[in-house]
Amino acid sequence: MPLLPDLSQACLPPTQPSAVRASNPGATLIDALLSASAAGIIELLSPNPPGWGGTLMVGLLHSIEIALGATCLGLLIGTGGAYGKLYGGPVVRDLLAVYTTIVRAVPELVLILLLYYAGTDLINQALTAMGYQRVDISGLAAGIAVLGFVQGAYSTEVIRGAILAIPQGQIEAARAYGMSPGLLLRRITLPAMLPFAIPGLANLWLIATKDTALLAVVGFYELALATRQAAGVTKAYFTFFFAAGVLYLLLSLFSNLIIGRVEAWSRRGMPSLKDAR
Amino acid sequence: MMAQGAVPALKHTAQDGAAEAIHVENLHKRFGELHVLKGVSLSARDGEVIAIIGGSGSGKSTLLRCINCLENPTSGIIRVNGEEIKLKADSHGHTVPADRKQIERIRSKLGMVFQNFNLWSHMTLIENVIEVPVHVLGINRDVAISEAEKLLARVGLAEKRDVYPAYLSGGQQQRAAIARALAINPRVMLFDEPTSALDPELVGEVLKVIGDLAREGRTMVLVTHEMKFAREVATHVVYLYNGLVEEEGPPEQIFGAPRSERLKQFIRNIG
Repeated sequence: MPLLPDLSQACLPPTQPSAVRASNPGATLIDALLSASAAGIIELLSPNPPGWGGTLMVGLLHSIEIALGATCLGLLIGTGGAYGKLYGGPVVRDLLAVYTTIVRAVPELVLILLLYYAGTDLINQALTAMGYQRVDISGLAAGIAVLGFVQGAYSTEVIRGAILAIPQGQIEAARAYGMSPGLLLRRITLPAMLPFAIPGLANLWLIATKDTALLAVVGFYELALATRQAAGVTKAYFTFFFAAGVLYLLLSLFSNLIIGRVEAWSRRGMPSLKDAR
Repeated sequence: MMAQGAVPALKHTAQDGAAEAIHVENLHKRFGELHVLKGVSLSARDGEVIAIIGGSGSGKSTLLRCINCLENPTSGIIRVNGEEIKLKADSHGHTVPADRKQIERIRSKLGMVFQNFNLWSHMTLIENVIEVPVHVLGINRDVAISEAEKLLARVGLAEKRDVYPAYLSGGQQQRAAIARALAINPRVMLFDEPTSALDPELVGEVLKVIGDLAREGRTMVLVTHEMKFAREVATHVVYLYNGLVEEEGPPEQIFGAPRSERLKQFIRNIG
C-alpha cells in the first residue's frame, strides 16, 4: 500500500511550521480538511484495496449480524421472561427478578467483559473437567450470546408491559373458546401485545446496533474496530470516523423505515390517534 | 325463602325429556373471604333458555363463568353434555381443572358472549369468526370462511367482514361476537350480560339476534338485566340473591306471581 503514507501526509502537511499550527488551530483544521481532496477521500473509502471502504463494510456487516442475532435472542429470552414473570411460579419469578435486576444494574461494558472472558473460560473449564477438549468460541457467537443476554433483560420488561396492556377480555375470550396455552400465545397474546411493544423494542434494536461497538474492547471485528484500524493506519481519523458515523446513521434510518412499517401493520386493528383528535 | 334447589328446574324440563346439556349441582365459589356462590344448582336441557336474573353482586355472572371454568368453582359438580368437569386442588388449595385437555374440549362446545364483546382487536370480523373453527376445531379454512360469511350475514354484518372491531359500534361488535360464538356450532350459548355495555339505542338490535336464536330452539344460559326480554324468551328463570337461588320457575310465575318478598321487591325496583 504505497499510497497510504502520501495520503496521510496530504491530510496533515508536515511542511507547515508547528508554531503556526499551535497558535492557529482553527485555520490548521480548515487547511487539513481542504487539503484532503475529494479525490483522496474517495480513494481512502474505496471498497477495493488500497481503499478501506471494504474493511468498513465488513465491520458494518459484522455489527448488523451481532445486532440481529442479539435482538432475536433477546426477544426469545424476553418473551419467555415476560411469561415467566406474569404467569410463573414464585421460584421462576424470583429468578427472573434477579436476572433483570442485575443485568440492568451493571454497565453493559462491564457485563460484556465479564461474560466474554469469564463466560468462555467457564465453558472451557467445564469442558476440560468433563474430559473434553477446550473449544475456541467464535467471536460472533460469543458476541450474540453476551449482547442477547443483556437485551433479554430489557426485552422482558418491555414485553411484560405490552402483555399487561392487552385488554384482558381478549385473553379471556381465547380461553373461553378452548385455546391451549401455546395457541393462545401464538394467535392472541403475541400479535395483540405487538403494538404496545414495538416502540420499546425499536429502542432496544437501535441500542443493540450501537452496543455492538462495545464488543471492540474484546477484539471482535465490528464497525468501530474496523474504523479504528483504518483510521490508525491512514491517520485519516476524521474521514473514517465520520464515515462510520454516516454508516450508523444510515443503519438507523433504514431501521426506522422498516420499524415504521411493522408498527403500522401491528396497529392494523386500531384507529389512528389522528382520527380521534 | 332459602334455595329451592334444582327440583323446580327438573319439574319444568322433565316433561320434554330432552338431554341435559348443562348440570350444575351445589356450586360454591369463594374469592378469599368473599363467599359469592353458596350452593347453587342449575340445569339446562336441550332447547331450554335459562335466564339468570338478580341484583348486582348476587353471583349471577360468577355462576355463568363457573360453567366453563373461566372462574374455578371452590366446590360443586358441573356437567356439560353429561361429562363431569374434573377438578382438583392445586398446591395453594385452590380448585382448578384437573385435565387441561378436557376443559379445553368442553369450552370449545360452549359459545360464550361477553358483556364487553372481547373480539380480538388484531383480526377482522371474518378472521374473528373463523379463528376458533380453524385453529381449535381444525375445520378447513375455506369451509370455515363460507360458514362465517353466512353467520355474519345472519347477524346483518355481511358487508363488514373485512373491518376491524374497533371501527364498529358496540351493537355491531356484539352481533359479531354472537356470530363468533355460533361459528363453533355450540351445544350451549352462554351470554354474560350481553347488552349491559351498550348504548340504549343499540340494545334492540342485539336482543333481536338473541331472541331469534332462542326461538329456533338453541340451548342458552343468559345472564341479563333486561327483564322484559327475559320474560319473552326464557323457558325458565332463576332469581339469584346473595349467592343462592331465591326463586326459580317459568317466566310467567317469576314475573307474574313471584312468591319471594325479595324477588317482588327486585321486580318492582327494576320495573
